[in-house]
Parts: sequence; structure tokens; C-alpha cells
Amino acid sequence: MNFDRIQTERFAVEIRKSLLRAIASKGSGHVGGSLSIADVLAVLYSGVMKVDPADPRMEDRDYLVISKGHAGPAMYAALALKGFFPQEALDTLNRGGTMLPSHTDRLKTPGIDLTTGSLGQGASLAAGAAFADKLDCRDNYTYLILGDGELNEGQVWESVMFAVHQKLSRLITFVDANGKQLDGTTDEICTLGDIAAKFAAFGCNTVAVEDGNDTEQIYQAIISAKQETQKPTVIVLHTVKGAGVSRYEKMKNCHSCGVTEEDLKEAYKELDDRKRSL
Amino acid sequence: MAIIRNKGTELRKVLADELRSMMEENRNIIYMEADLGGALGTGDLFSDFPGQAVNVGIMEANMVGAAAGMSVKGKIPFVHSFGTFASRRCADQAFLSGCYNGANVRILGSDPGISAEANGGTHMPLEDMAIYRAFPGMTVLDIAEPNLFRYALRETAKRYGMFYLRFPRKQRDAYYNTESFEIGKANVLRAGKDVTIAASGIEVTEALKAAEELKREGIEAEVIDVFTVKPIDEECICASAVKTGAVVTAENHNVIGGLGSAVAEVLAEHVPCPMKRVGVGDRFGEVGDLNYLSEQFGLTKESIIQAAKEVMDRKN
Repeated sequence: MNFDRIQTERFAVEIRKSLLRAIASKGSGHVGGSLSIADVLAVLYSGVMKVDPADPRMEDRDYLVISKGHAGPAMYAALALKGFFPQEALDTLNRGGTMLPSHTDRLKTPGIDLTTGSLGQGASLAAGAAFADKLDCRDNYTYLILGDGELNEGQVWESVMFAVHQKLSRLITFVDANGKQLDGTTDEICTLGDIAAKFAAFGCNTVAVEDGNDTEQIYQAIISAKQETQKPTVIVLHTVKGAGVSRYEKMKNCHSCGVTEEDLKEAYKELDDRKRSL
Repeated sequence: MAIIRNKGTELRKVLADELRSMMEENRNIIYMEADLGGALGTGDLFSDFPGQAVNVGIMEANMVGAAAGMSVKGKIPFVHSFGTFASRRCADQAFLSGCYNGANVRILGSDPGISAEANGGTHMPLEDMAIYRAFPGMTVLDIAEPNLFRYALRETAKRYGMFYLRFPRKQRDAYYNTESFEIGKANVLRAGKDVTIAASGIEVTEALKAAEELKREGIEAEVIDVFTVKPIDEECICASAVKTGAVVTAENHNVIGGLGSAVAEVLAEHVPCPMKRVGVGDRFGEVGDLNYLSEQFGLTKESIIQAAKEVMDRKN
């Protein structure tokens, strides 16, 4: 596995531009939590995951489950840029008849492996998929992205107990620890404390990534997770909600917000500057 | 359809035997249990089929979700808990990770309604069919006969989709000597011209007893086992209603949302006629043995006979 940091960072910028374009075409959407996972998606789709855009249902592919299903726009941006479907489809986000609904849906979108949208459920789906692989002695990986607010859901912890007991070491979970949920910060609403310590206490291998929006750090965490042969790994990505676009980074609540054409132009300028600086 | 009557067998024995043979035949068949293997008599399967038979622990939500996840990878899971926990406790998982996700899971809910007996109101699902009937794509089966149960287990394993199968664990009479059933097709157990009794689950035996007593009074009741509550066999129900002009339903479930509601919907749209639902009123369950609860909740053959006479009176 080769990692090209510059290329991956550029890809992350393109994901951000595309997801904002999709949301702007509808006028509003889940901006903050989409931007915060752009970097992990850029890493996963830069050679880490075994997938084939020409054959989205390839039998021995790695699975990716976006349990925080509302980050659909980020997934759609990554998939469109990788060629799973035409980029023009991004402009149909959340419109009647679209193949790109707000929350990820495996029956509608090429490249979406499991359907999510009720928080916590993706965790069990991913564990089940990894369990099936283990039973059949397949060597592929299942990647799971959880939100930090999502950790409020009891089902997440049920699934973790199951994954640990069944020794699902090829299940690699990312927690998008951006510190904010819909109504405020995770600390204000129902304190999570030390997220990595919680997963470690449940028996997981854990890796904390100081800057969860840094592709190099994310990549190194995945390499480390793949050394583990007994426990499922949880990689806690300390991210910023709205990452990469200062307007949203500074916003108190950018979970779901409007994106005007003007906002889009401003964001593109910032993102293009970032790309040129790489 | 030929009827025999014998002591039958415990349905949990049928389940354990069928799971064992299906898992031997096909390693993609998976049995997941939320820590009720002892109550179901399936405990040996966990050691005999490691990985393929799994006690996940007391976590119905994760069990259904994980089953949905593995089904997308080609596994054919059967998951079990008591009917209460196999419906209310994991309803959102069955809906979203299951139905909406296009998954392939058989959810087994044991001891429906009053068959929960001594476990009482907390364990007495009288709303499970109502919940699952409203899920797009969900097949809902209410079965309390050993031969039909064996068929349903085998048949659902051959089909792709989401299934909810409620059944009592204990000994039940056998009244079928055939294995030619079809999911979605109701079984006419007894032909009649005066009144239709559409029943499911443990109420089928009550309906048969009621029909025998009615016959002594010169009333010919048609008894139909509507074991597939969804999708319901509209053709069979309508044909019978056209013939008899009066319909009684009998179910071990709240009269809201289960078999009675399903039949009423069919009749109201296609063959409006006098009908009455025998079932549990809008109330919770309680502890007691089957006979006590059957009396208490009006699920006896006498309730069916009374309802049959009432709808026949309303014909005139």
C-alpha cells in the first residue's frame, strides 16, 4: 500500500468542494458532519479500500458503513469523484427521484454497501458483515464510521461487545470526534469523556488520532489497526465539525445549514487556495 | 385440506431439529439467539455448530442489525427471542437495517400473546403483528401447528426477504397431514356455507372446535387458517365471504392491527359483510395458564361460537 500525501490531501479538497456543491444545489443540508469526514474518506478511497468503481458490488470488496448516515453528501462526493457514478448526479441530492438521498442507501447508490440513517444501526450492520467474512475466512476489511454524538446510542455498545467477543479484528471503526452534535457540544449534552478509553474498556484495540483531519495521521492509524489480529480496532479521529471551510468551522451550529451560491463561491476560493498550497 | 388430529409435538423441538438439519445441509444458515437457548431447547446447537449458531447475549437490537449485515454477505440468519423482544425491542432495527436495507432475516418470536402464560404481561406480545404488518416488505406468519411450522422454517430459508414468525414453544395439536402449504395462501380446513371463521396461530384449534359445535346446531362454518397474516390471502377470504356472507376472525393478539384488522380491510374494500373480531381487547396481558387466560381474554371456542351467531343474525 503506497500513500501519496499530496494526492490524498488534494482529493480531500475535491471531496469538500463536491459535497458543498451538492448541498448548495438543494440550498441546505448536513454540512458540518460531512466536512469533518472528508479526510478519512479521502484516505480510504486512495488505495486503502479494495473497491472497483466499475464493479461496485464486487464480491470480495471491502465494505464501508457510514453509520452517521446523514454524512451521505461526503460519501456521494467521494464516490462520484472516484467514478462510481457521474458527478452530475450530485446536483440531484435530496430531490424527488434522486439516487442520492440524505442518508446513505445501498439500494439506491452504487458504492453504498449498507443502508443507514437511524443512528447506532450501522455499527451492528458492520459487525454482522465482518462476522460473515470471518465465518467464511475472507480476508477483506469492514470499515465503519461513527459520529461522536452517535455514541449516545446504546446499540453502539451492544455491537462493540459483540465485535470484541467474536474477535472481529478486520472491523476497523472510525469515530468522527468533532465534539458537536445537533443541539450543541457533546460535553454539554451527554458527556462522552475519554472516547478511546471507553472503547478500550470494552476490549477494543484503540488508536487516538490527534488531528483527525490530517490524512497522513489517519493513514498511519489504519496501518497500525491492520497489525491487530484479535481485537476490533477503534480509531478516534479528533476532527473539527465543518473542517476545511472557515465559515463552517467557526459556526456555532453547522450540523445542518444553508449553503448559498455566494457561500459556495467563498468556500471554493478557500479550498482552491488550500489545494494550491499543497 | 385433509385434517388429522393428534397430540402433535412441542414446536421448540421442531425448531431445534429443523435448525440442526438445515445448518448441516447449508453452512450459510445461521441461528442467532439472545440468550434464550435454554428456554428453546436449542442449547446444544451452540457447541455443535460453533460460529453458525451464536448466542449473542441479551442484545436483540444488535442481533437483528448484525443478522441484517451478514445477510447482505450471503448468510441466511434465523434470530430468536420471546415475541415481545423480537418485535418491540428491535422494531427500528427490523425496519431500517432489515426491511429498508433490503436484508434477508427470519425473526422468530416465541410465545405470542397468551401463550407466554406465567411470564405475564411484560412478556405477552399482543401487538407484534400490528407492528410488523406496517413494515413494507415484511412477511408476518402466525403458526401454532407442528407440520405447518416445519414447512415455514424450511420455506423461509429458501426465500429472500424479511420474515416475522410467531409461534408458541410448547406442545400443540397437529391437524395437518400434508406438507403442501404456500406462504401467502390460506388453508381452508373445513368447508361451510353459513359463516366463515378466519383464524391464525393457537386460535385455529379453537375455531375447529367451534365449527364442530356449530355443526351440531345445524350451522356449517368454513374454517380458514390464515397463517400468513401478511401478505394476506385476499382471494381466499373474499371467496369464502361471498359464499357465507358473514365472517368471524379469531386471533391471539390485540384486535387492533392483527389478523382481524387485516381481514376487515380486505372485506371492507371487496366484500362488505357482517364481521366480528375475536381477539384480545385493547389491554395488557397478565400471568395465568392458557385456559385461564383464554377465558379472561375471550379467546375460547365459546367466544367464536357467539360471534358466529351474531354475524349470522346480522346477515338477515
